[in-house]
Amino acid sequence: MTEKPDGVTPEPEQPRRSRLRERIAPRDVDWRSLVLIPLLAVIAALVLGALFIAATGGWGAISPAYSALFTGAFVGWRSISETMLEATPLILAGLSVAIGFKAGLFNIGAEGQMVVGGFTAALVGFSIEGLPPVIHLLVALSAGILGGALWGFIPGLLRAKTGAHEVITTIMLNFVAFRLLDYVLKLPRIQKAGRLDPISKEVLTSARLPKILSWLPVEDAGRFRVHLGFIIALLVAGFIYWLLFKSSIGFEFRAVGSNPSAAKYGGISVAGSIMLVMAIAGGLSGLAGANETLGVLGNAQPGFSAQKGFDAIALALLGRSHPLGVVLSAVLFGALRVGGRAMQVQADVGIDLIIIVQALIIVLIAAPELVRAIFRVKGTSDAEQLTRGWSV
Amino acid sequence: MRLELRNVTKRFPGVVANDSVNLTVESGEILGLLGENGAGKTTLMNILYGLYEADEGEVLIDGTLVEFVGPGDAIAAGIGMVHQHFMLVPVFDVTENVVLGVEPTVGPAGHIDMEEARAEVRAISAQYGLDIDPKAVVEDLPVGTQQRIEIIKVLFREAEIIVFDEPTSVLTPQEVDEFFNIVRSLRDAGKGIVFITHKLGEMLEIADRILVLRRGKVVGETTPGQSTKGSLAKLMVGRPVDLVVEKASAEPGDVVLSVQGLVVQDERLQRAVDDVTFEVRSGEIVGIAGVQGNGQTELVEAITGLTLPIAGHVTIGGEDITLARTRRVHQLGVAHVPEDRQRDGLVLDFNLSENVVLDSYYDRPYSRGIIMDWDEARRHAIELVDEYDIRTPSVDVTAATLSGGNQQKLIVAREFSRDMKLVIASQPTRGIDVGSIEYIHQQIVGERDSGAAILIVSSELDEILALSDRILVMYRGRIVAEVAGEKATAIDLGLFMAGATA
Repeated sequence: MTEKPDGVTPEPEQPRRSRLRERIAPRDVDWRSLVLIPLLAVIAALVLGALFIAATGGWGAISPAYSALFTGAFVGWRSISETMLEATPLILAGLSVAIGFKAGLFNIGAEGQMVVGGFTAALVGFSIEGLPPVIHLLVALSAGILGGALWGFIPGLLRAKTGAHEVITTIMLNFVAFRLLDYVLKLPRIQKAGRLDPISKEVLTSARLPKILSWLPVEDAGRFRVHLGFIIALLVAGFIYWLLFKSSIGFEFRAVGSNPSAAKYGGISVAGSIMLVMAIAGGLSGLAGANETLGVLGNAQPGFSAQKGFDAIALALLGRSHPLGVVLSAVLFGALRVGGRAMQVQADVGIDLIIIVQALIIVLIAAPELVRAIFRVKGTSDAEQLTRGWSV
Repeated sequence: MRLELRNVTKRFPGVVANDSVNLTVESGEILGLLGENGAGKTTLMNILYGLYEADEGEVLIDGTLVEFVGPGDAIAAGIGMVHQHFMLVPVFDVTENVVLGVEPTVGPAGHIDMEEARAEVRAISAQYGLDIDPKAVVEDLPVGTQQRIEIIKVLFREAEIIVFDEPTSVLTPQEVDEFFNIVRSLRDAGKGIVFITHKLGEMLEIADRILVLRRGKVVGETTPGQSTKGSLAKLMVGRPVDLVVEKASAEPGDVVLSVQGLVVQDERLQRAVDDVTFEVRSGEIVGIAGVQGNGQTELVEAITGLTLPIAGHVTIGGEDITLARTRRVHQLGVAHVPEDRQRDGLVLDFNLSENVVLDSYYDRPYSRGIIMDWDEARRHAIELVDEYDIRTPSVDVTAATLSGGNQQKLIVAREFSRDMKLVIASQPTRGIDVGSIEYIHQQIVGERDSGAAILIVSSELDEILALSDRILVMYRGRIVAEVAGEKATAIDLGLFMAGATA
């Protein structure tokens, strides 16, 4: 920047690079805070995690542990398949939390929405017989979306009509969903024949998500578990990006999220947007749940959501609530999980380390000034805030 | 004391806010700092006050180089600042507010000696004729009095140089006169005063010396004796400015806006608008004068569908819109310039294209179905930036990066570029520069002449007087007077605004 432009400067042609960046990241957010800070947070968390390894296993343990972590997650088709598999529900649930953030809502209910959506998908998956494979799968996935959407819509409705805060209501609905699942899984029409524990009947093959890497000309390719859900998750991420940034509905969501007063002034129904965005968020989590019950598991059982709805909150923050950021963060979290298992087996470092690393990432993301201080990133954040308050 | 800024330069991304500025102020003089919004006045004062660090240049006190890391250093060096927005705790009394942060304490436990503090507040108040009760609770006091508390705060901290940032924007005309007397008594007591404003009349009345800033540079130094409003405006804007709004007499046509017996409650369920009835016809400008907080905000919100009234009727072009939503009101051809541009008028994190379609995004040409056409919105934004001289490096920056005046121009541009038959403008030129005020006033008069009905709500009497064909004065939720525009005087209106009845 050299000099203030004289008068008006409409810029008809934008430089290519910034166009690209604009596509990757939402407009006008400092790329440092959007890309650099999350990246550095991950690095710093891994470095701090290394200290934990050293504290328990000595300095020599760091290198084998991290190399097992990396190879376990990325080296070889099987590792890649597992990382993709692990990332799939995280992408979908992460999008669910992210779209809430974009509209100024804190959806902590992704877990419960996964449970409800996953169950309704399984229900359709095992109880409707005679549908052709593709149709049955589509119907079951839709049922998952609808179930989750309902579970998200309830807190949206309560927020819009009564002002009940979605943080409280979504947390409470999580518990309702868990207990509801325990109850329905013991109903005779749902419980698997011959079982005493709560577990549903098996989803029919026609409603199962097909594996996508079994065609590879590699040994054991048939056991690569990653399925169509991964492709669906990527497509959905693209759709959510379009919805947020290219559609009028997303414009309304973002306006409500950034400044509800101005949104109201512009004629946007704030209450309507809140209800719609919560239903969409619920639908995304429901799809994440369906991905589990129609994917590897093939049934609904207690705990099938496996806290992924909570990991989703963390990775939505790491991904700065941007669909691409969510996808990358989900892959990272998936890789940490998968690599963590290898680390446990090969280097005897507990998988708890992964939880520590994830927690550290979040602390560092929540405190960007800390990351700036550690890496001496030139910050504009203070200046930004001050300019907003003080400048002419 | 002599305070000097030498060659101060401050850059923000894309903008040089201050460009080698030199400024001197001494005890016993009032230096007027005049400039458009965005000229760099506030930035300069924030450097002086330790809130910003200058990229280049130095600050000297009595010839000695000083360096301020924060406001604490500036205060310790004898510099005080009275901000445009007061920094008071509403539920504290006057003395508690004054001593906040510098409490005089007794004993090791830090017991606050309120009696001594009160005595000192009383002494300062008497010395400068401030007329303040040290025990009064701040939230019960009128704005003019609150401002005097800010002045006492500064004096309590023994400031020798006092900076006033746009101090008159919240005052009634009578309060302004009192305020000027206080400023003069401060000067006569040997304080050095920096008085920041964009109002030409005030500058001529109060300043001993005038420094004019334009686009970050000092473009002139003069005295009130050598200047006229016209010459100052020319310096400030860089070209001759038409200060008087040229307009033919109004030719009112059909009733466009009709408000009957309207009652609106505020958040505390008080009757903020109390049985208000009036009409605005096409081809006329009706001005609503009044000190802020007398129901104007709620009145406008009820007309534009942002709040529902509890009684009465509003019709626009014959259609009853009492219970209509904001979007319907927009669709009827109502342009609304809201009073608080940052709260209501703009989404500050959105870029200019997005803000330009904030209330028209849902239909062609900006969207088909739910698919937005951002290229079209961007084209429109570029057009408006060009037409309304909105200073911005591009339309892809966020609205937050614009100066206040340019934010306002963006809103006016958006609202005036739609087809409209009724304009509702609250404080349409608040905080914007003379050149743009001229432009916006011309636009308003132009819209009137082409048949729109115009309702202006402003606490700036000059603006009401310059524009209105008819003037209504609001006081405590009621319309207490109606005056024909050409017969109105500032003195009469000031009396009505303070509650005198017609």
